[in-house]
Amino acid sequence: MEQISPFKRLIASSLGKKYLMALTGFVLVGFVIAHMLGNIQIFLGPEAINTYASKLQNLPIAIKWGFRLFLLTAVAIHVWTAVLLTIENKQARPNNYADEKTVQASYASRTMPITGLIVLCFIIFHILHYTAQVIFDYKDLHYDLNGEHMHDVYSMMVLGFSHWWVSIFYIIAMGLLCMHLSHGISSMFQSMGWSNEKWRGVLKITAILIGAVLFIGFSSIPVAIMMGMIKPIIGH
Amino acid sequence: MRLKLKVWRQKDQLDSGRLVDYQMDNISEDSSFLEMLDLLNESLVEKGDEPIAFDHDCREGICGMCSLTINGIPHGPEKLTTACQLHMRSFKNGETITIEPFRSKPFKITKDLIVDRSAFDKIIEAGGFISVRTGSAPDGNAIPISKSDSDYAMDAAACIGCAACVAACKNSSAMLFTSAKISQLNSLPQGKPEKDRRLLSMVSEMDRSGFGNCTNYGECHAVCPKGISVDFIANLNRDYAKASVKNLLKTIG
Repeated sequence: MEQISPFKRLIASSLGKKYLMALTGFVLVGFVIAHMLGNIQIFLGPEAINTYASKLQNLPIAIKWGFRLFLLTAVAIHVWTAVLLTIENKQARPNNYADEKTVQASYASRTMPITGLIVLCFIIFHILHYTAQVIFDYKDLHYDLNGEHMHDVYSMMVLGFSHWWVSIFYIIAMGLLCMHLSHGISSMFQSMGWSNEKWRGVLKITAILIGAVLFIGFSSIPVAIMMGMIKPIIGH
Repeated sequence: MRLKLKVWRQKDQLDSGRLVDYQMDNISEDSSFLEMLDLLNESLVEKGDEPIAFDHDCREGICGMCSLTINGIPHGPEKLTTACQLHMRSFKNGETITIEPFRSKPFKITKDLIVDRSAFDKIIEAGGFISVRTGSAPDGNAIPISKSDSDYAMDAAACIGCAACVAACKNSSAMLFTSAKISQLNSLPQGKPEKDRRLLSMVSEMDRSGFGNCTNYGECHAVCPKGISVDFIANLNRDYAKASVKNLLKTIG
C-alpha cells in the first residue's frame, strides 16, 4: 500500500474534514458572539460604541492584523472544506430517490451549504461596506470625546442602515446565519465527539437559543435605526 | 386491500432502470410486506413476466438482508422494523407505495431491488476482527468485563449491517455502521490491543469506498431497525482524533 504521511491521512479523511469544519466553526461562532456584544453597545449611545471601536482600531498593528488574518484563515478553511464535503456528498449518491423523504433531519441541517454560501456573500459585502468602506465613504465621520479625535462608528452605523436595502439584506443574512448556527453549534460538538445521548438534546436546544439570541441582537440594530429609535447625532 | 405499487426495475448494473406500476388487489392486512411482493411475483411468473428480484433471507428481522426503500424510507414507515417485519396494516387501502433499492454509489444495483453491499464487507476486512489464535472456544469468564462495557458492546453489536443508515443518509455516509462495528470491538479487552490500527484502517477503507461524509443529520439512527445510537459516531469521532494524533506523534518522535 502506498505510504502517506499521517498528517495528510488525517486531513484528507472524512473525519479530518469534519474536525476542520468544527474547529473553524468554533472560532467563527466565538467571533460572531463577540461582534454582536460589541455592536449592541450602540444602544448605549455614541460615546460608548465610539470609545469601544476606537480601542479596537488602536490595538497594536500586529495584533489587529494578526487577528484579522486568523479569522480570514478560519473562514477560508471553513469554506474550502465545506466545498469539498458538499461535492463528495453529492457524488456519494449519483442517482437520487424518486421518492425522497426526510424522517427527522432539521431544515437547518439540510440547508447548511446554501445558508453558508449566502452568509459568505454577505460577509464580503459587509467588509466592503463597513471595513473597506468602498460602497459608501464614511472616512470623514469624526467624533470628539474630551478632545480625543476618533472615527464616528455610531454615525457610520446609522447612515449605513438608513439605506433600506442594506438593512433588509442584513436582517435576512442574520436570519440565515443564525439558522446555520442552530445546526452548526450542536453539530460541532458531535463532530469532535463531545456529545452523547444525555447531552445531545441540551446541545441542540442551546444551539437554537444561541442562534435566536444572536439574531435578535444583530437585527435589533437596523430595526431600531429604521424605526428612528437610534437617532443620528445632531450636526452630522 | 387494494394497492398501487411503483417498483424499481433494472435488468442489470448497466441498465438505467425505471419505476414500473403494478396493481395489487385482495391483499390481506396481516400479510407481511415481503409476502405481498411474493404474491406479486407469483402473478408475474404466471403471466410469463420476469419476477421482481429483491434480497431476503431470515424474514425474522435479524439477518440484515432485506434492503427496500419504501415510500422514501429505508425499511418503510415503522420505527425499529426491518422491511421483512413490516406488515400491510401499516399502509392505507388504496395507497400508492413506491419501492426502490438502497441508493449509494458504493452499492451497485445488481438487479431490480438488489444491491451489492460488499463495500461493507471491505470495511470489516480492514479491521473488524481481532487477531487471536483460533481453536476451541475460550472459557466464558476467563476475561472479566464490566457490565457497562459489555452492555455498550452489545448495543453496538446489535447492528445487522443492513445498510439502511447509508440508504437514509442524505450524504450516503456509512458512519453509523462503521462506528458501531469499531465501537463493539474497541470497547472490549479482546479488541483493545488493535484499537488504533482498527480505527485508522476501517475509516480509511470507508472513505476509499466512496461513501459520503457524516454531517450529523441523524437520519441513520431514525431509520435503523436496531436503533443504533449516533453516540457511536461521536465515540468514533473522538477516538479517531486521538488515534490520528498518536500516529502523528509516532512519526515525529
